[in-house]
Amino acid sequence: MIPREATIPIHAAGAKSGAFEYITTKKDELIGWARKFSLFPYPFVTACCAMEFMAVSSTPYDTDRFGAALPRFSPRQADLMMVVGTISHKQAPVLQRVYNQMCEPKWVMAFGACATSGGFYQNYAVLAGIDRIIPVDIYVPGCPPRPEMVIDGIMRLQDLIARSRHPIVTKDF
Amino acid sequence: MAADAIDVLKDVLGPQATASSVVHGVAVFEIAPTTLTGFVERLKRDFGFDIFLDVTAVDWLPATPRFEIVWHFYSTAHKIRVRLKARVPENASVVDSLVGLYGSARFMERECHDMYGIGFRGNADLRPILLYEGFEGHPLRKDYDKAREQPLVPYRT
Repeated sequence: MIPREATIPIHAAGAKSGAFEYITTKKDELIGWARKFSLFPYPFVTACCAMEFMAVSSTPYDTDRFGAALPRFSPRQADLMMVVGTISHKQAPVLQRVYNQMCEPKWVMAFGACATSGGFYQNYAVLAGIDRIIPVDIYVPGCPPRPEMVIDGIMRLQDLIARSRHPIVTKDF
Repeated sequence: MAADAIDVLKDVLGPQATASSVVHGVAVFEIAPTTLTGFVERLKRDFGFDIFLDVTAVDWLPATPRFEIVWHFYSTAHKIRVRLKARVPENASVVDSLVGLYGSARFMERECHDMYGIGFRGNADLRPILLYEGFEGHPLRKDYDKAREQPLVPYRT
């Protein structure tokens, strides 16, 4: 027989017990904690790393555990841009434009060797690292990176977000 | 079957080419650039080469004539391939377009024009297809500096 009254009085009606009615924390810590578990990724997927991106998104690796599973295909609804694959000079204006369309706060992950540094390409066609045109928060090297490395990258990014300042009003707002 | 077809091809078209051979089962004809259209017309009409596979070029710098243009065709009836080669010098690197015979030549000639700067007389649309407007030079030429980049977005400092 289940007792009618909850044993932990979180929602205790009537008399105030004092449990869980308020907590104290810092504003930046609270916002950082909330933001780090609600990363909505925008997959900017251009090349063969896409296969590994699919692997990391699917059940065995399950990025939903980190709150980063739901891809938003509109940059306006996303706050983590995952640049997955080789970016050519011809595509660079598109990448920059999509980045500019994302709302603050936003973070960028360079996924794989090509997005990080151009990889083995050094020629007329390929941008040697996306950090030449947009700021990058986390680099995940590898050709392609293992899903474990991507998860490590997401967790490091979460640490970075948890440790950052989170101004409510910015110069852009 | 395929070997017989290649023998016939060599016997009939060989005299019109400057050299002919068979490499890995592909009939290869070296031709003069001016005879291209007539040669391809015969391939299409008389030998059933109904698919135009590709046109590309080889930069033989510093040899002269500098460029060798290479065409590939396939016959779905005989299941054989044929390769044509023609040498053109740098100051007159123009050949006749094949858009009148094969519509797919339109895009492939654009790519060859992008990469090697070969002109195709009769192809009205040689805008960049893989490269972008404003790109200077032809990146697959041997004298294109391999470190030269032409970014469209200014780099962050």
